Amino acid sequence: MGKPSDLVQGTLDLLILKTISLEPKHGWAIAKRIQQISGEVLQVQQGSLYPALHRLEQRGWIKAKWTESETGRKAKFYSLTAAGRAQLEREAENWNRLSAAINLVVETS
Amino acid sequence: MNWPRRLRTLFRGRENSRRLDDEIQFHLQQLIAENLTAGMSHEEARRTALQAFGNPTLVKEETQDTWGWIRVEQIARDLRNGARSLGRTPRFALVAIFVMALGIAATTALLTVVRSVILEPLPFKEPSRLLHLYEYFDEGFPYNASAGGVFAEWKKQSSRFSDLAIYSYRTEYNLSGTGGQLPEKVRGTECSWNLFATLGVEPALGRKFTAEDDQPSANATVVLSWGLWKRRFGGETSILGQAIRLDAKTYTVIGIMPAWFAYPEQSAQLWTPIYHEEPALEMQALDSHDFASIGRLKPEASEAEGRAELAVIVKRLHEEHRDNPFVSKGAQTRPLLDDVVGDIKTPLLMLLAATGCFLLIACLNVASLLVAREATRRKEFAIRMALGGGRWRLLGEHLTESFVLSIAGGAAGLAMAYVVIQWFVSARREMSRVDAIHIDGWVVAFAAGLVLLCAVFTGMTSALSIKGEQILPSLQEASRSHSAGQARVRLRKWLLSLEVGLTVVLLIGAGLLLKSYKQLRTTNLGCITDNVLTMHLSLPEAAYSKGTQRVNFYEALLERVRALPGVQSATFTRMVPGEGYGGDSGFAIAEHPPLPEGQYQLGVVRWVDPGYFAALGIPILRGQTFDADQRLDKADEVIVSEALVRQYFPGEDPIGKHLLTIGRRLFKVVGVVGDTRVLVARDVRPMMYFPLYVSIYDGVPTGGTLAVRSNRDVNRLALPTQRIIQQLDPELPVSHVLTMDQIVGQSTSDASFDATLLLAFAVLSLVLAAAGLFGVLSYVGTQRTTELGVRIALGAQRNEVLRLMLWDGLRPAGVGLVLGLAGGVAGTRMIRDLLHGVRPLDTSVFVVVAIVLLLVASAACLLPALRASRLDPMQALRNE
Repeated sequence: MGKPSDLVQGTLDLLILKTISLEPKHGWAIAKRIQQISGEVLQVQQGSLYPALHRLEQRGWIKAKWTESETGRKAKFYSLTAAGRAQLEREAENWNRLSAAINLVVETS
Repeated sequence: MNWPRRLRTLFRGRENSRRLDDEIQFHLQQLIAENLTAGMSHEEARRTALQAFGNPTLVKEETQDTWGWIRVEQIARDLRNGARSLGRTPRFALVAIFVMALGIAATTALLTVVRSVILEPLPFKEPSRLLHLYEYFDEGFPYNASAGGVFAEWKKQSSRFSDLAIYSYRTEYNLSGTGGQLPEKVRGTECSWNLFATLGVEPALGRKFTAEDDQPSANATVVLSWGLWKRRFGGETSILGQAIRLDAKTYTVIGIMPAWFAYPEQSAQLWTPIYHEEPALEMQALDSHDFASIGRLKPEASEAEGRAELAVIVKRLHEEHRDNPFVSKGAQTRPLLDDVVGDIKTPLLMLLAATGCFLLIACLNVASLLVAREATRRKEFAIRMALGGGRWRLLGEHLTESFVLSIAGGAAGLAMAYVVIQWFVSARREMSRVDAIHIDGWVVAFAAGLVLLCAVFTGMTSALSIKGEQILPSLQEASRSHSAGQARVRLRKWLLSLEVGLTVVLLIGAGLLLKSYKQLRTTNLGCITDNVLTMHLSLPEAAYSKGTQRVNFYEALLERVRALPGVQSATFTRMVPGEGYGGDSGFAIAEHPPLPEGQYQLGVVRWVDPGYFAALGIPILRGQTFDADQRLDKADEVIVSEALVRQYFPGEDPIGKHLLTIGRRLFKVVGVVGDTRVLVARDVRPMMYFPLYVSIYDGVPTGGTLAVRSNRDVNRLALPTQRIIQQLDPELPVSHVLTMDQIVGQSTSDASFDATLLLAFAVLSLVLAAAGLFGVLSYVGTQRTTELGVRIALGAQRNEVLRLMLWDGLRPAGVGLVLGLAGGVAGTRMIRDLLHGVRPLDTSVFVVVAIVLLLVASAACLLPALRASRLDPMQALRNE
């Protein structure tokens, strides 16, 4: 029953955490932001964003607040918690190590 | 895990769900707005947004799944839904619950009994080290009772046992009344002083026997059972140290055993020291196999070592007494538990297996009902799937329905099991360890497990049919009801075949037991049993020490009873036919050459008054009954049975020959009589009759059975007869006032109980199987309404349709029958021990079962088949 996803399992968490590390954002904005920054390379399937967001919230890494959005409608804004910030650092470090390693393999062979 | 948050999500479920909706809606609105800005039409913007986002309902469910508690909530919701959807079809639900409850109740009850009786250790100290000890006589008597002298040698020489005890199998005492109480006969056991210590049991009050109590010269002492103490002595502790009168002798009560203690049999009421009670000679004899012995193994010794040691001791005795063919050759042992429950193990396990089959049938039936319901809800499921319902979600809903059914059935079943156990305990009062039967946590846990198993089994069986369902065909199929759901029907037919198969096995078992029971009841005992009343009495040796006193008593009794109006004849004997074995004796024929060393001849021993054969209608085939002068010291006549003549006097006339037997005296054969059976379930054995009034061995016999025959209702003679005994001796109690028919009934009551119970299960299973057949065929009928309508419209003969439908229903029954007959051949081997006069592969039983099953199956199929054949084609086609 899995959803097809263009993202490596687990990297979606990292992207979400990174995206909201500067300022609180709602789901749609997070999806937009990821597409924009990656130069439209990373296509988040928008539906699959919500299970991930709620899972992160259940873990206590992000927290949510209903406030008014730029269009004037109420929206759910997600922001990092302290635990989430620590998690982001861990995951970013992991990612750097992993991508560097993959780079090494790809370039030397 | 963030528990506070999780709890919050649990308790704010509805609000959270609404908020998630808002969140998703907001996202969609943003997408649509963006698309509109890009210049799409309203319609297009919406469709593209949904495409990018995916199915909102599914997203919502998957998101909710991350909440962690949602599962609990979902299960609760499913349960609610399940209960509600069952509530819409209350008749279906009730039938299913009732069927489940019956199966679970029967299985739980039987398992409780089996566990309490067979599996739980005996309530004694370290029961695994307790052994029952036997003498190994020869292949014919591998587990023979032990003789007093052999036991004495075991006790003296063995080193593997920490304790050895001996007791008598069954003794009856006349308990005199005090202060206006009536005298009473009570079951007692003579035991060596250390029996209680060997078992590891302490009296509840007072003290155990000591070695000093257990010798001929000691003062008489007695230990009472809790029940006798409460009933007869009002539970007064002052009885300790007081004297009671047993067999007209004075015994001091020294102890009361705990309420749960019943050994060696359920009805044991008091215990006396065996070496004080039995003559010293008897306790030293090597060839008088009259006692039971038990031993407690030392911790380091194994059963095999213990047995080997005992066997060596017996073997040595055998070598030392080669002239006596009745000294055993070896020893045997058996764990005490096996010994206590040996006789009831097979019937209990058989009944447990039967209930297991029955439960399986019940589950199959409920599963098959669920599959049928499934069919009517196919469209609903297909639509729900089309709308994005997760398959697991639907499957879960499905399972919960069978859970609701099973849990309700289980609760009702447990309550029913409680009632059934109460009934079982009262119906089998004499069964050993019957008091140990109780429902405990383990049983409840087992029942819960059973419920779970039933739920998963029935749920999965029916759920199998929605797995891998194609949505589109299913919707299409549902719109036109021709040849629908072939796979589902096939599944139901397989379930039915299994059901029928199990039913056939049960029916065969019940049929065999019933036939065997009937065989037992019609066994000819060899004497008249109609309107014969019997009662036990025994003369206390203390009051009737002289032979003349005993003879006078018997003669006066018989004379007065015979004078009662309505009495045809009366007689006194040690035991009437059907009452039991009662002991045997070896003998030699004086006119024959001496037997080779080690060989022996055995005859069952009976003591009878001269009128016995005429009174009970046992034919005198040759010669005559005893002379009137056969009394007291003049005893030289014996009467033998036909079987004895057949076996030991082949081709000879035994009249006038002499038997060298009890007391090493010569007896002249004066008559040959017809055979009688010691028990209905036993083969005829050679028998020797001695005159009642003679004193050989240990004097004129002190007790036995009075038999009175009448040509009217003999029960009316019970009171007048007892009054005569009271007049002769007010201190003399009588017991076992029973007609011969009742004696036969008692010895076959267990057989009748087992047969009836198994038959009940078999009939219930048959009803279930018939209901299942009826259900499936009715379902098939409605499914094929259109097809049959078209056929009939096109000119198919109604008979043709009838045959088609019948064949459809009978085929699974036929497959089941074949399965069942094969299962029966294998399964009846298990109950071989319970059958008397019937072979496990009795053809008539198998044939009758097959015919009954086919008849019932045809009846169950006929109605739906007839309905199908009477279809009005116009009606059928318009139903579309």
